[in-house]
Amino acid sequence: MKIKQISVFLENKKGRLYEALTAIAKEGVNIRALTIADTSDFGILRMIVNNPELAKKALEEAGFTTKITSVIAVGVKDQPGGLAEVLKILYEGDINVEYLYAFVEKSGEEAIVVLRTDNLDKTVNLLQQAGVKLFSSTDIESL
Amino acid sequence: MVKRYFRPEIELLSRDALKELQFKRLKKIINKVYNLVPHYREKFKRAGVKPSNLKSLEDIRLFPFTTREDLFVDYPFGLLAEPLEKVVRLHTSSGTTGKPKALFFSKEDIKAQAELIARSLVMSGATASDILQNSMTYGLFTGALVMHYGAELLGMLVIPAGPGNTERQIELMQTFGTTCIHMTPSYALYVATIIQERGIRPGIDIKLKRAYLGAEPYSEETRRKIETMLKVEVYNCYGLSEMGGPGVGFECPAKDGLHIWEDAFLVEVVNPNTGEPLNPGEVGELVLTTLNRTAMPLIRYRTKDLTTLLEGPCHCGRTHIKIARILGRADDMFIVRGVNIFPQQIEGVLMSIKGVAQNYQIILEGYDEMTIKVEIDREFFDGRIERILKLREEITERLRQALQVRPKVELVEPGTLPISEGKAKRVIDKRVL
Repeated sequence: MKIKQISVFLENKKGRLYEALTAIAKEGVNIRALTIADTSDFGILRMIVNNPELAKKALEEAGFTTKITSVIAVGVKDQPGGLAEVLKILYEGDINVEYLYAFVEKSGEEAIVVLRTDNLDKTVNLLQQAGVKLFSSTDIESL
Repeated sequence: MVKRYFRPEIELLSRDALKELQFKRLKKIINKVYNLVPHYREKFKRAGVKPSNLKSLEDIRLFPFTTREDLFVDYPFGLLAEPLEKVVRLHTSSGTTGKPKALFFSKEDIKAQAELIARSLVMSGATASDILQNSMTYGLFTGALVMHYGAELLGMLVIPAGPGNTERQIELMQTFGTTCIHMTPSYALYVATIIQERGIRPGIDIKLKRAYLGAEPYSEETRRKIETMLKVEVYNCYGLSEMGGPGVGFECPAKDGLHIWEDAFLVEVVNPNTGEPLNPGEVGELVLTTLNRTAMPLIRYRTKDLTTLLEGPCHCGRTHIKIARILGRADDMFIVRGVNIFPQQIEGVLMSIKGVAQNYQIILEGYDEMTIKVEIDREFFDGRIERILKLREEITERLRQALQVRPKVELVEPGTLPISEGKAKRVIDKRVL
Protein backbone atom coordinates (compact mmCIF):
# COMPACT_ATOMS: atom_id res chain seq x y z
CA MET A 1 0.00 0.00 0.00
CA LYS A 2 1.96 2.93 -1.35
CA ILE A 3 0.98 6.55 -1.65
CA LYS A 4 2.11 9.25 -4.03
CA GLN A 5 4.61 11.90 -3.09
CA ILE A 6 5.41 14.90 -5.20
CA SER A 7 9.04 16.08 -5.37
CA VAL A 8 10.06 19.50 -6.65
CA PHE A 9 13.57 20.55 -7.65
CA LEU A 10 14.20 23.95 -6.11
CA GLU A 11 17.07 26.25 -6.82
CA ASN A 12 18.41 27.95 -3.76
CA LYS A 13 16.92 31.29 -4.74
CA LYS A 14 14.97 33.74 -2.66
CA GLY A 15 11.21 33.28 -2.99
CA ARG A 16 11.37 30.01 -4.92
CA LEU A 17 9.70 27.94 -2.17
CA TYR A 18 7.06 30.60 -1.75
CA GLU A 19 6.36 30.51 -5.50
CA ALA A 20 6.02 26.74 -5.48
CA LEU A 21 3.61 26.76 -2.56
CA THR A 22 1.60 29.61 -4.08
CA ALA A 23 1.26 27.71 -7.35
CA ILE A 24 -0.42 24.75 -5.65
CA ALA A 25 -2.42 26.88 -3.21
CA LYS A 26 -4.05 28.63 -6.18
CA GLU A 27 -5.40 25.25 -7.31
CA GLY A 28 -6.76 24.53 -3.84
CA VAL A 29 -4.25 21.77 -3.18
CA ASN A 30 -3.80 21.03 0.51
CA ILE A 31 -0.47 19.94 1.95
CA ARG A 32 -0.56 17.05 4.42
CA ALA A 33 3.12 16.68 5.04
CA LEU A 34 6.28 18.25 3.69
CA THR A 35 10.02 18.24 4.02
CA ILE A 36 12.94 19.87 2.28
CA ALA A 37 16.24 18.16 1.63
CA ASP A 38 18.80 20.80 0.84
CA THR A 39 22.36 21.29 -0.31
CA SER A 40 24.25 24.56 -0.69
CA ASP A 41 22.75 25.44 -4.06
CA PHE A 42 19.56 23.47 -4.49
CA GLY A 43 16.96 21.60 -2.53
CA ILE A 44 14.23 19.08 -3.06
CA LEU A 45 10.82 19.83 -1.68
CA ARG A 46 8.83 16.68 -0.95
CA MET A 47 5.13 16.80 -0.21
CA ILE A 48 2.16 14.61 0.45
CA VAL A 49 -0.89 16.48 -0.82
CA ASN A 50 -4.57 15.70 -1.19
CA ASN A 51 -4.30 15.80 -5.02
CA PRO A 52 -0.79 14.98 -6.34
CA GLU A 53 -1.72 15.09 -10.06
CA LEU A 54 -3.28 18.52 -9.76
CA ALA A 55 -0.29 19.73 -7.77
CA LYS A 56 2.09 18.42 -10.45
CA LYS A 57 0.15 20.14 -13.20
CA ALA A 58 0.05 23.44 -11.33
CA LEU A 59 3.77 23.31 -10.55
CA GLU A 60 4.80 22.43 -14.09
CA GLU A 61 2.68 25.20 -15.52
CA ALA A 62 4.56 27.53 -13.20
CA GLY A 63 7.82 26.22 -14.66
CA PHE A 64 8.90 23.86 -11.88
CA THR A 65 10.62 20.53 -12.37
CA THR A 66 8.67 17.84 -10.56
CA LYS A 67 8.39 14.11 -10.18
CA ILE A 68 5.77 11.92 -8.55
CA THR A 69 7.23 8.97 -6.67
CA SER A 70 5.90 6.32 -4.30
CA VAL A 71 6.36 6.34 -0.55
CA ILE A 72 4.66 4.63 2.39
CA ALA A 73 2.63 6.38 5.09
CA VAL A 74 2.89 4.51 8.37
CA GLY A 75 0.81 4.86 11.53
CA VAL A 76 3.10 5.15 14.54
CA LYS A 77 2.03 5.06 18.19
CA ASP A 78 2.35 8.57 19.59
CA GLN A 79 4.47 7.52 22.56
CA PRO A 80 8.18 7.10 23.34
CA GLY A 81 9.65 4.34 21.19
CA GLY A 82 6.76 4.37 18.72
CA LEU A 83 8.87 5.13 15.65
CA ALA A 84 11.78 2.98 16.85
CA GLU A 85 9.43 -0.02 16.92
CA VAL A 86 8.70 0.42 13.22
CA LEU A 87 12.34 1.00 12.33
CA LYS A 88 13.32 -2.17 14.18
CA ILE A 89 11.16 -4.19 11.80
CA LEU A 90 12.93 -2.63 8.82
CA TYR A 91 16.36 -3.03 10.35
CA GLU A 92 15.73 -6.73 11.00
CA GLY A 93 14.42 -7.05 7.45
CA ASP A 94 17.67 -5.56 6.12
CA ILE A 95 15.95 -2.54 4.64
CA ASN A 96 17.59 0.88 4.37
CA VAL A 97 15.59 4.01 5.04
CA GLU A 98 16.34 6.72 2.47
CA TYR A 99 14.39 9.40 4.31
CA LEU A 100 11.37 9.92 6.51
CA TYR A 101 9.27 12.83 7.68
CA ALA A 102 6.11 13.29 9.69
CA PHE A 103 2.59 14.47 9.00
CA VAL A 104 1.38 17.61 10.70
CA GLU A 105 -1.83 16.02 11.98
CA LYS A 106 -2.50 12.80 13.77
CA SER A 107 -4.96 10.07 12.90
CA GLY A 108 -6.67 9.22 16.17
CA GLU A 109 -3.92 8.26 18.60
CA GLU A 110 -1.37 7.67 15.87
CA ALA A 111 1.19 9.91 14.28
CA ILE A 112 1.71 9.44 10.56
CA VAL A 113 5.21 9.06 9.22
CA VAL A 114 6.20 9.11 5.53
CA LEU A 115 8.84 6.53 4.68
CA ARG A 116 11.00 5.97 1.66
CA THR A 117 13.22 2.88 1.65
CA ASP A 118 15.45 1.09 -0.80
CA ASN A 119 12.81 -1.62 -1.22
CA LEU A 120 9.25 -0.36 -0.95
CA ASP A 121 7.44 -3.62 -1.77
CA LYS A 122 9.36 -5.57 0.84
CA THR A 123 8.76 -2.77 3.35
CA VAL A 124 5.01 -2.92 2.77
CA ASN A 125 4.98 -6.71 3.24
CA LEU A 126 7.04 -6.67 6.41
CA LEU A 127 5.04 -3.88 8.02
CA GLN A 128 1.72 -5.45 7.13
CA GLN A 129 2.83 -8.79 8.53
CA ALA A 130 3.81 -7.01 11.74
CA GLY A 131 0.37 -5.44 11.94
CA VAL A 132 1.56 -1.86 11.44
CA LYS A 133 -1.11 0.43 10.00
CA LEU A 134 -0.40 1.68 6.50
CA PHE A 135 -2.41 4.53 5.01
CA SER A 136 -3.80 4.41 1.48
CA SER A 137 -4.26 7.34 -0.88
CA THR A 138 -7.95 7.39 0.02
CA ASP A 139 -7.09 7.56 3.72
CA ILE A 140 -4.82 10.52 3.04
CA GLU A 141 -7.40 12.37 0.97
CA SER A 142 -10.01 12.02 3.68
CA LEU A 143 -7.79 13.15 6.54
CA MET B 1 26.54 10.65 -54.29
CA VAL B 2 26.76 13.02 -57.23
CA LYS B 3 29.11 15.86 -56.51
CA ARG B 4 27.82 19.22 -57.63
CA TYR B 5 29.63 22.53 -57.76
CA PHE B 6 28.46 26.08 -58.45
CA ARG B 7 31.79 27.23 -59.94
CA PRO B 8 33.80 24.05 -60.48
CA GLU B 9 36.59 25.84 -62.36
CA ILE B 10 37.33 27.86 -59.18
CA GLU B 11 36.28 25.37 -56.51
CA LEU B 12 38.44 22.57 -57.91
CA LEU B 13 41.39 24.71 -59.00
CA SER B 14 44.74 23.09 -58.17
CA ARG B 15 46.55 24.45 -55.09
CA ASP B 16 49.32 25.89 -57.25
CA ALA B 17 46.96 27.64 -59.62
CA LEU B 18 44.96 28.90 -56.65
CA LYS B 19 48.07 30.37 -55.06
CA GLU B 20 49.01 32.00 -58.33
CA LEU B 21 45.57 33.54 -58.56
CA GLN B 22 45.83 34.74 -54.95
CA PHE B 23 49.20 36.34 -55.53
CA LYS B 24 47.96 38.15 -58.61
CA ARG B 25 44.97 39.51 -56.73
CA LEU B 26 46.95 40.35 -53.60
CA LYS B 27 49.44 42.41 -55.57
CA LYS B 28 46.63 44.30 -57.21
CA ILE B 29 44.81 45.05 -53.96
CA ILE B 30 47.96 46.05 -52.05
CA ASN B 31 48.77 48.50 -54.84
CA LYS B 32 45.23 49.79 -54.88
CA VAL B 33 45.03 50.58 -51.17
CA TYR B 34 48.51 52.07 -51.15
CA ASN B 35 47.58 54.42 -53.95
CA LEU B 36 44.00 55.25 -53.01
CA VAL B 37 43.65 54.98 -49.21
CA PRO B 38 45.79 57.47 -47.26
CA HIS B 39 45.41 55.52 -44.02
CA TYR B 40 46.90 52.37 -45.57
CA ARG B 41 49.70 54.32 -47.19
CA GLU B 42 50.55 55.85 -43.81
CA LYS B 43 50.50 52.47 -42.10
CA PHE B 44 52.65 50.85 -44.77
CA LYS B 45 55.15 53.71 -44.53
CA ARG B 46 55.32 53.43 -40.77
CA ALA B 47 55.99 49.71 -41.13
CA GLY B 48 58.63 50.45 -43.76
CA VAL B 49 57.00 48.48 -46.57
CA LYS B 50 55.99 49.29 -50.10
CA PRO B 51 53.85 47.31 -52.51
CA SER B 52 57.07 46.43 -54.38
CA ASN B 53 58.22 44.42 -51.32
CA LEU B 54 55.53 41.88 -52.08
CA LYS B 55 57.47 39.23 -54.03
CA SER B 56 55.49 36.19 -52.93
CA LEU B 57 52.32 35.31 -51.03
CA GLU B 58 54.38 34.81 -47.86
CA ASP B 59 55.53 38.42 -48.05
CA ILE B 60 52.09 39.41 -46.80
CA ARG B 61 53.70 39.03 -43.35
CA LEU B 62 55.73 42.16 -44.00
CA PHE B 63 52.58 44.23 -44.09
CA PRO B 64 50.87 45.59 -40.96
CA PHE B 65 47.65 44.16 -39.56
CA THR B 66 44.37 46.02 -39.82
CA THR B 67 42.37 46.03 -36.60
CA ARG B 68 38.90 47.18 -35.68
CA GLU B 69 40.50 50.44 -34.45
CA ASP B 70 41.61 51.18 -38.01
CA LEU B 71 37.97 51.11 -39.07
CA PHE B 72 37.37 54.17 -36.91
CA VAL B 73 40.11 56.31 -38.45
CA ASP B 74 38.58 59.03 -40.66
CA TYR B 75 35.25 57.41 -39.78
CA PRO B 76 33.06 56.53 -41.53
CA PHE B 77 34.44 56.80 -45.10
CA GLY B 78 38.18 56.75 -44.39
CA LEU B 79 38.98 53.29 -45.73
CA LEU B 80 37.09 53.59 -49.01
CA ALA B 81 39.16 52.73 -52.06
CA GLU B 82 36.46 53.77 -54.48
CA PRO B 83 34.50 57.03 -54.86
CA LEU B 84 31.20 57.09 -52.97
CA GLU B 85 29.25 56.85 -56.23
CA LYS B 86 30.55 53.29 -56.64
CA VAL B 87 29.30 52.30 -53.20
CA VAL B 88 25.83 50.78 -53.07
CA ARG B 89 25.46 49.28 -49.63
CA LEU B 90 26.27 49.98 -45.99
CA HIS B 91 26.34 47.32 -43.31
CA THR B 92 27.31 47.93 -39.74
CA SER B 93 28.48 45.64 -37.06
CA SER B 94 27.74 46.49 -33.48
CA GLY B 95 30.88 47.13 -31.53
CA THR B 96 30.65 46.40 -27.83
CA THR B 97 31.16 50.08 -27.13
CA GLY B 98 30.49 53.29 -29.01
CA LYS B 99 30.01 53.63 -32.73
CA PRO B 100 29.31 50.65 -34.97
CA LYS B 101 31.85 49.51 -37.53
CA ALA B 102 30.80 50.82 -40.94
CA LEU B 103 31.40 48.53 -43.91
CA PHE B 104 30.79 49.54 -47.53
CA PHE B 105 30.17 47.41 -50.56
CA SER B 106 30.07 48.09 -54.29
CA LYS B 107 27.80 46.36 -56.79
CA GLU B 108 30.65 43.96 -57.62
CA ASP B 109 31.22 43.24 -53.93
CA ILE B 110 27.57 42.36 -53.37
CA LYS B 111 27.62 40.07 -56.38
CA ALA B 112 30.87 38.42 -55.40
CA GLN B 113 29.70 37.70 -51.85
CA ALA B 114 26.39 36.33 -53.16
CA GLU B 115 28.38 33.95 -55.33
CA LEU B 116 30.34 32.70 -52.32
CA ILE B 117 27.02 31.96 -50.62
CA ALA B 118 25.64 30.23 -53.71
CA ARG B 119 28.76 28.04 -53.93
CA SER B 120 28.39 27.20 -50.24
CA LEU B 121 24.71 26.33 -50.51
CA VAL B 122 25.35 24.04 -53.48
CA MET B 123 28.21 22.52 -51.47
CA SER B 124 25.68 21.57 -48.77
CA GLY B 125 23.51 19.86 -51.38
CA ALA B 126 20.93 22.60 -51.85
CA THR B 127 19.37 23.25 -55.24
CA ALA B 128 17.05 25.81 -56.80
CA SER B 129 14.06 23.77 -55.65
CA ASP B 130 14.89 24.29 -51.97
CA ILE B 131 13.04 26.74 -49.75
CA LEU B 132 15.16 28.80 -47.41
CA GLN B 133 13.67 30.37 -44.30
CA ASN B 134 16.06 33.15 -43.44
CA SER B 135 15.70 33.82 -39.72
CA MET B 136 18.67 36.10 -39.21
CA THR B 137 18.26 39.80 -38.56
CA TYR B 138 17.56 41.86 -41.68
CA GLY B 139 18.77 45.42 -41.76
CA LEU B 140 22.16 46.78 -40.88
CA PHE B 141 23.45 43.35 -39.93
CA THR B 142 24.98 41.36 -42.82
CA GLY B 143 23.65 37.97 -41.71
CA ALA B 144 20.27 37.92 -43.39
CA LEU B 145 20.69 40.13 -46.46
CA VAL B 146 23.89 38.56 -47.72
CA MET B 147 22.49 35.05 -47.34
CA HIS B 148 19.31 36.25 -49.02
CA TYR B 149 21.17 37.47 -52.12
CA GLY B 150 23.22 34.29 -52.33
CA ALA B 151 20.20 32.00 -52.04
CA GLU B 152 18.39 34.00 -54.70
CA LEU B 153 21.41 33.77 -56.98
CA LEU B 154 21.21 29.99 -56.65
CA GLY B 155 17.48 30.21 -57.36
CA MET B 156 16.10 29.05 -54.04
CA LEU B 157 12.78 30.38 -52.79
CA VAL B 158 13.69 32.67 -49.91
CA ILE B 159 11.31 33.37 -47.03
CA PRO B 160 12.64 36.56 -45.41
CA ALA B 161 11.32 35.61 -41.97
CA GLY B 162 13.81 37.51 -39.85
CA PRO B 163 14.48 36.43 -36.28
CA GLY B 164 12.15 35.91 -33.33
CA ASN B 165 8.42 35.30 -33.15
CA THR B 166 8.94 31.58 -32.85
CA GLU B 167 5.26 30.70 -33.28
CA ARG B 168 5.29 32.38 -36.68
CA GLN B 169 8.59 30.75 -37.62
CA ILE B 170 7.07 27.32 -37.05
CA GLU B 171 3.90 28.28 -38.86
CA LEU B 172 5.93 29.41 -41.90
CA MET B 173 7.83 26.11 -41.88
CA GLN B 174 4.58 24.18 -41.86
CA THR B 175 2.72 26.31 -44.39
CA PHE B 176 5.42 26.66 -47.04
CA GLY B 177 7.34 23.45 -46.51
CA THR B 178 10.62 25.13 -45.60
CA THR B 179 13.54 22.81 -46.38
CA CYS B 180 16.45 24.96 -45.19
CA ILE B 181 16.79 27.36 -42.28
CA HIS B 182 19.41 29.99 -41.55
CA MET B 183 19.66 31.15 -37.93
CA THR B 184 21.93 31.31 -34.92
CA PRO B 185 22.60 28.01 -33.13
CA SER B 186 21.18 29.28 -29.83
CA TYR B 187 17.97 30.28 -31.55
CA ALA B 188 17.84 26.96 -33.41
CA LEU B 189 18.01 25.17 -30.06
CA TYR B 190 15.20 27.32 -28.78
CA VAL B 191 13.04 26.74 -31.86
CA ALA B 192 13.75 22.99 -31.65
CA THR B 193 12.66 22.96 -28.02
CA ILE B 194 9.40 24.73 -28.81
CA ILE B 195 8.76 22.35 -31.73
CA GLN B 196 9.26 19.42 -29.38
CA GLU B 197 7.00 20.92 -26.71
CA ARG B 198 4.22 21.52 -29.22
CA GLY B 199 4.37 17.89 -30.31
CA ILE B 200 5.20 18.92 -33.90
CA ARG B 201 6.96 16.02 -35.61
CA PRO B 202 10.11 16.89 -37.57
CA GLY B 203 10.20 14.91 -40.80
CA ILE B 204 6.39 14.68 -40.86
CA ASP B 205 4.77 17.99 -39.86
CA ILE B 206 7.78 20.03 -40.88
CA LYS B 207 10.19 18.97 -43.58
CA LEU B 208 13.49 20.61 -42.83
CA LYS B 209 16.54 19.11 -44.48
CA ARG B 210 19.34 21.52 -43.68
CA ALA B 211 20.09 24.13 -41.09
CA TYR B 212 22.76 26.74 -41.75
CA LEU B 213 23.82 27.88 -38.33
CA GLY B 214 26.30 30.63 -37.69
CA ALA B 215 27.02 34.07 -36.20
CA GLU B 216 28.07 32.54 -32.90
CA PRO B 217 30.41 29.69 -32.10
CA TYR B 218 28.95 26.36 -31.03
CA SER B 219 30.19 22.90 -30.27
CA GLU B 220 29.97 19.59 -32.08
CA GLU B 221 27.61 18.39 -29.34
CA THR B 222 25.24 21.28 -29.95
CA ARG B 223 25.26 20.43 -33.65
CA ARG B 224 24.33 16.82 -32.92
CA LYS B 225 21.62 17.87 -30.51
CA ILE B 226 20.00 20.15 -33.09
CA GLU B 227 20.40 17.53 -35.84
CA THR B 228 18.58 14.96 -33.72
CA MET B 229 15.89 17.30 -32.47
CA LEU B 230 15.01 18.74 -35.90
CA LYS B 231 16.05 15.77 -38.09
CA VAL B 232 18.28 18.01 -40.21
CA GLU B 233 21.85 18.23 -41.41
CA VAL B 234 23.47 21.16 -39.66
CA TYR B 235 26.08 23.09 -41.62
CA ASN B 236 28.30 25.44 -39.75
CA CYS B 237 28.74 28.75 -41.52
CA TYR B 238 31.13 31.47 -40.58
CA GLY B 239 31.36 35.07 -41.52
CA LEU B 240 31.86 38.54 -40.22
CA SER B 241 30.57 41.85 -41.46
CA GLU B 242 34.08 43.13 -42.10
CA MET B 243 34.58 40.28 -44.57
CA GLY B 244 31.19 40.73 -46.21
CA GLY B 245 29.07 38.70 -43.79
CA PRO B 246 28.24 35.01 -44.06
CA GLY B 247 29.83 32.92 -46.81
CA VAL B 248 33.43 33.39 -45.69
CA GLY B 249 33.71 29.88 -44.30
CA PHE B 250 31.24 27.09 -44.88
CA GLU B 251 31.13 23.37 -44.18
CA CYS B 252 30.90 20.78 -46.90
CA PRO B 253 29.14 17.44 -46.31
CA ALA B 254 32.36 16.08 -44.75
CA LYS B 255 31.50 18.36 -41.79
CA ASP B 256 35.11 18.38 -40.86
CA GLY B 257 36.11 22.02 -40.97
CA LEU B 258 34.91 25.04 -42.90
CA HIS B 259 36.21 25.82 -46.38
CA ILE B 260 37.30 29.38 -46.88
CA TRP B 261 37.03 30.51 -50.47
CA GLU B 262 40.62 31.34 -51.16
CA ASP B 263 40.03 33.11 -54.42
CA ALA B 264 38.29 35.74 -52.27
CA PHE B 265 40.33 35.63 -49.05
CA LEU B 266 43.94 35.17 -48.08
CA VAL B 267 43.93 33.13 -44.88
CA GLU B 268 46.40 33.33 -41.99
CA VAL B 269 46.27 32.13 -38.40
CA VAL B 270 48.49 34.04 -35.97
CA ASN B 271 49.37 34.04 -32.30
CA PRO B 272 46.90 36.56 -30.83
CA ASN B 273 49.53 38.04 -28.55
CA THR B 274 52.57 38.26 -30.80
CA GLY B 275 51.05 38.29 -34.29
CA GLU B 276 53.48 35.56 -35.35
CA PRO B 277 52.16 33.06 -37.92
CA LEU B 278 51.13 29.66 -36.56
CA ASN B 279 51.40 26.24 -38.14
CA PRO B 280 48.38 24.17 -39.16
CA GLY B 281 46.97 22.52 -36.04
CA GLU B 282 47.94 25.40 -33.75
CA VAL B 283 45.07 27.46 -32.36
CA GLY B 284 45.26 31.17 -32.94
CA GLU B 285 43.51 34.21 -34.33
CA LEU B 286 42.19 34.10 -37.87
CA VAL B 287 43.53 36.91 -40.05
CA LEU B 288 41.92 37.57 -43.43
CA THR B 289 42.78 39.72 -46.42
CA THR B 290 40.06 40.44 -48.96
CA LEU B 291 41.40 39.58 -52.40
CA ASN B 292 38.64 40.92 -54.61
CA ARG B 293 36.75 43.44 -52.49
CA THR B 294 36.57 46.72 -54.41
CA ALA B 295 34.90 49.38 -52.23
CA MET B 296 36.63 48.72 -48.93
CA PRO B 297 39.47 46.21 -49.10
CA LEU B 298 40.85 45.03 -45.77
CA ILE B 299 44.45 43.92 -45.50
CA ARG B 300 45.40 41.37 -42.81
CA TYR B 301 42.29 42.03 -40.79
CA ARG B 302 42.38 40.66 -37.24
CA THR B 303 39.07 38.83 -36.93
CA LYS B 304 39.47 38.09 -33.20
CA ASP B 305 38.09 34.63 -33.96
CA LEU B 306 40.08 31.66 -32.76
CA THR B 307 40.58 28.65 -34.99
CA THR B 308 43.23 26.49 -36.57
CA LEU B 309 44.13 25.68 -40.18
CA LEU B 310 43.31 22.19 -41.43
CA GLU B 311 45.48 21.22 -44.36
CA GLY B 312 45.14 18.37 -46.80
CA PRO B 313 42.67 17.31 -49.45
CA CYS B 314 38.95 17.16 -48.69
CA HIS B 315 36.47 14.41 -49.56
CA CYS B 316 34.30 16.91 -51.37
CA GLY B 317 37.05 17.58 -53.92
CA ARG B 318 37.33 21.29 -53.23
CA THR B 319 40.88 22.52 -52.97
CA HIS B 320 40.17 25.57 -50.79
CA ILE B 321 41.65 25.46 -47.32
CA LYS B 322 39.63 24.55 -44.25
CA ILE B 323 39.58 26.01 -40.77
CA ALA B 324 38.33 24.27 -37.64
CA ARG B 325 35.02 25.41 -36.18
CA ILE B 326 35.49 28.73 -34.40
CA LEU B 327 36.64 27.97 -30.88
CA GLY B 328 35.65 31.34 -29.53
CA ARG B 329 36.58 34.96 -29.71
CA ALA B 330 40.06 36.04 -28.82
CA ASP B 331 38.07 38.45 -26.59
CA ASP B 332 35.95 35.68 -25.05
CA MET B 333 38.95 33.82 -23.84
CA PHE B 334 39.30 34.31 -20.13
CA ILE B 335 41.99 33.34 -17.74
CA VAL B 336 41.22 31.57 -14.48
CA ARG B 337 44.07 30.79 -12.14
CA GLY B 338 46.49 31.28 -15.00
CA VAL B 339 44.74 28.92 -17.39
CA ASN B 340 43.32 30.09 -20.73
CA ILE B 341 39.72 28.95 -21.13
CA PHE B 342 37.23 29.32 -23.98
CA PRO B 343 33.49 29.03 -23.28
CA GLN B 344 33.35 26.49 -26.11
CA GLN B 345 35.44 24.01 -24.16
CA ILE B 346 32.94 24.16 -21.33
CA GLU B 347 29.98 23.84 -23.66
CA GLY B 348 31.56 20.79 -25.29
CA VAL B 349 31.85 18.99 -21.97
CA LEU B 350 28.38 19.95 -20.76
CA MET B 351 26.58 18.87 -23.91
CA SER B 352 28.12 15.42 -23.71
CA ILE B 353 26.72 14.74 -20.23
CA LYS B 354 23.30 13.15 -19.81
CA GLY B 355 21.04 15.07 -17.47
CA VAL B 356 22.18 18.50 -18.59
CA ALA B 357 19.77 20.84 -20.38
CA GLN B 358 20.75 23.37 -23.04
CA ASN B 359 21.72 26.43 -21.11
CA TYR B 360 24.67 27.27 -18.97
CA GLN B 361 26.39 30.32 -17.62
CA ILE B 362 29.95 30.94 -16.53
CA ILE B 363 30.42 33.31 -13.62
CA LEU B 364 33.82 34.56 -12.60
CA GLU B 365 33.99 36.20 -9.22
CA GLY B 366 35.94 36.72 -6.04
CA TYR B 367 39.56 35.71 -6.19
CA ASP B 368 39.54 33.81 -9.45
CA GLU B 369 36.61 31.55 -8.61
CA MET B 370 34.75 30.05 -11.54
CA THR B 371 31.15 29.03 -11.01
CA ILE B 372 29.30 27.27 -13.78
CA LYS B 373 25.54 27.31 -13.60
CA VAL B 374 24.01 24.41 -15.43
CA GLU B 375 20.34 23.73 -16.06
CA ILE B 376 19.29 20.20 -15.27
CA ASP B 377 17.18 18.26 -17.72
CA ARG B 378 13.55 17.96 -16.57
CA GLU B 379 13.49 14.29 -17.54
CA PHE B 380 16.54 13.59 -15.45
CA PHE B 381 14.92 14.59 -12.15
CA ASP B 382 13.56 11.54 -10.38
CA GLY B 383 13.10 13.04 -6.92
CA ARG B 384 16.32 11.60 -5.52
CA ILE B 385 18.93 13.94 -4.18
CA GLU B 386 21.79 11.47 -4.65
CA ARG B 387 21.22 11.37 -8.37
CA ILE B 388 21.57 15.13 -8.64
CA LEU B 389 24.59 15.23 -6.37
CA LYS B 390 26.21 12.57 -8.51
CA LEU B 391 25.46 14.57 -11.65
CA ARG B 392 27.04 17.63 -10.09
CA GLU B 393 30.09 15.60 -9.19
CA GLU B 394 30.34 14.18 -12.70
CA ILE B 395 30.11 17.63 -14.29
CA THR B 396 32.70 19.05 -11.92
CA GLU B 397 35.13 16.21 -12.53
CA ARG B 398 34.71 16.20 -16.32
CA LEU B 399 35.23 19.97 -16.45
CA ARG B 400 38.26 19.73 -14.19
CA GLN B 401 39.79 17.19 -16.55
CA ALA B 402 39.07 19.27 -19.64
CA LEU B 403 40.07 22.66 -18.25
CA GLN B 404 42.71 21.79 -15.67
CA VAL B 405 40.82 24.08 -13.30
CA ARG B 406 38.24 22.87 -10.83
CA PRO B 407 35.03 24.88 -11.22
CA LYS B 408 32.20 25.18 -8.74
CA VAL B 409 29.15 23.70 -10.42
CA GLU B 410 25.68 24.90 -9.50
CA LEU B 411 22.66 23.07 -10.80
CA VAL B 412 19.71 25.29 -11.55
CA GLU B 413 16.13 24.75 -12.66
CA PRO B 414 15.58 24.30 -16.40
CA GLY B 415 14.45 27.45 -18.18
CA THR B 416 15.91 29.86 -15.63
CA LEU B 417 19.12 30.88 -17.39
CA PRO B 418 18.85 33.52 -20.10
CA ILE B 419 18.33 32.08 -23.58
CA SER B 420 19.15 34.53 -26.28
CA GLU B 421 17.65 34.86 -29.72
CA GLY B 422 20.85 36.46 -30.89
CA LYS B 423 24.29 35.98 -29.49
CA ALA B 424 24.11 34.17 -26.20
CA LYS B 425 25.87 35.82 -23.29
CA ARG B 426 27.63 33.01 -21.49
CA VAL B 427 30.34 34.59 -19.40
CA ILE B 428 29.78 37.05 -16.58
CA ASP B 429 32.99 38.38 -15.13
CA LYS B 430 32.47 39.96 -11.72
CA ARG B 431 36.09 39.75 -10.66
CA VAL B 432 37.60 42.93 -9.34
CA LEU B 433 41.32 42.94 -9.91
